[in-house]
Amino acid sequence: MVISLFAFAACSSTGETDDAGSGSQSTSAGSSSGSATSSAGSSSGRLSQEEIRAQNALRQTVFYFDFDIAEFKSEDRDTLTFHARDLAANPNKRVRLEGHADERGTREYNLALGERRANGILNYLIVNGASRSQIEVVSYGEERPAQSGQAESAYSRNRRVEIVAR
Amino acid sequence: MINRALVLILLCASFSAKAELSIQITQGVDNPIPISVVPFAWEGAGVLSENVSQIVIDDLQQVGEFRALSPGNMLSLPNEENEVFFRDWRVLAQDYLLVGKITRATGSQLVQVQYEFFDVNRELKLAGEVLTGSVTQLRDIGHEISNVVFELVTGTRGAFTTQILYIVSEEVGGQTVFRLEKADYDGQRAQVLLESNEPIMSPSWSPNGQDIAYVSFETSLPRIYTQNIATGQRRQITNYPNINSSPVWSPDGNRLAMVLSKDGSPDIYVQDLLSNELIRVTDHPAIDTEPSWSRDGSAIVFMSDRTGQPQIYQMEVGASSFNVERLTYDCFQCMKGQFLPDGVNMVHVRRETRQDPNYQIAILNVETLRVITLTDTSLDESPSVAPNGSMIMYATKFAGRGVLDAVSIDGRVKFRLPSSQGDVREPAWSPFFN
Repeated sequence: MVISLFAFAACSSTGETDDAGSGSQSTSAGSSSGSATSSAGSSSGRLSQEEIRAQNALRQTVFYFDFDIAEFKSEDRDTLTFHARDLAANPNKRVRLEGHADERGTREYNLALGERRANGILNYLIVNGASRSQIEVVSYGEERPAQSGQAESAYSRNRRVEIVAR
Repeated sequence: MINRALVLILLCASFSAKAELSIQITQGVDNPIPISVVPFAWEGAGVLSENVSQIVIDDLQQVGEFRALSPGNMLSLPNEENEVFFRDWRVLAQDYLLVGKITRATGSQLVQVQYEFFDVNRELKLAGEVLTGSVTQLRDIGHEISNVVFELVTGTRGAFTTQILYIVSEEVGGQTVFRLEKADYDGQRAQVLLESNEPIMSPSWSPNGQDIAYVSFETSLPRIYTQNIATGQRRQITNYPNINSSPVWSPDGNRLAMVLSKDGSPDIYVQDLLSNELIRVTDHPAIDTEPSWSRDGSAIVFMSDRTGQPQIYQMEVGASSFNVERLTYDCFQCMKGQFLPDGVNMVHVRRETRQDPNYQIAILNVETLRVITLTDTSLDESPSVAPNGSMIMYATKFAGRGVLDAVSIDGRVKFRLPSSQGDVREPAWSPFFN
């Protein structure tokens, strides 16, 4: 009886993470379990709190923006600082900043807005130690939405900059 | 009767598009002109692949100014002048009458379409000729007849033999496929000109309709290409850092206006296609984009968010970057400006206020400052004007998908070209081909 209840609970939680709206939830769940595995795996030397924070920060590669706003959100500042330090510490590492916009407004303006957003993050990474030559910027405007649809739930997921390893 | 060779556009061997577009009339005029198009007789063997008289009826009804009489209500079915009794058409309150017949040209595979067009009230023959072509050109012949009828009745040159470019994106096996397609103005006979797993944007026609320009991300970066329609030959025009977008041919066909952000922020540039010389037009740290040429090619209209929100500006090519004229004021966002052939009215995308989330197609008279909003949907963009200035095609959303709509310059008539699959967008209406 207990086992079947447990199975039922597992099923329902799987169903929930399959919902389109809870994509970010499943990402955070994935990253926390991932950090647990890696800290358990390093038996010789335990990772410091700072190193765990850095690892978690580097797992966040998508940064969302408010409508018609090109500046990244203040809560992403620390995470981006870790990305900048990681690039500074690994001079051979190359990344691509892919800027995106939601579909409202014209396509050419959105192409420019996507670049403006990516450039904001580019400048922050450089100020915090990354080298310009490590980073390529490309804007896709509204051409590659993360989620289709005409609701704010889709729009908010499409206004984003993704850090992609090259 | 005039024997006239049809000028037909040679098409390179390209793939027929999977999903054809077909027209729905969504809004017509209150008092359309009554016209009777009698089914054309076919005096050859077998069945023709195209119904020429139906093509003419569809053309005339799509632009909204005509209403065709159903053949079932006709009192007689003449195919040439000596079979026409005007009384039969006057009692049915018809203003115009088109009759015709199709025969096999002697000793060849070609067909001859003879048509005659009458003013019922004046009992006058207004036009009549024989058009010769292959069976596969019957659609072109039908559109050619529509052009003659439309011009005789309205005084405006018909645009029924023009074409459109547009972009389609479609999910195929979990991946997005992007296609640049070309079709007749009514969406028929669609052909794929380019297919890619990376985005394709901003298609535009050269002034003679023989070449196109567009943006392709095929190298993983947005770069401008031109392509000859007949040969399919492509040329990469730009490889500057950052954004390369929005190519638009100058009226003389020798230069491309474009948007480059190689110097920091997006600015308008003009590249000479022969010498490759690049001229910077705008120089501002804000976003400058969406160039379009004035009729004489001396000035460029563009969008800039230098005041915080997108507005439309104009400046002479080669003038000081301080010498900019602002054209729009009374909108939250005004974008994608392009002058109509009259050089006074400018079509654009308009969002009235910050609170009103709708983007609609509107026309601003830059002399009287009068604004007419033509559409009532909410995500309208990419307006493109027919070469006779009578209609504007644009992209909008219907049932969650991108579709192409067209609206008459006065906003009275609308028709839609729905596609059976994928998102359709960025229509570019061709110039006249001859």
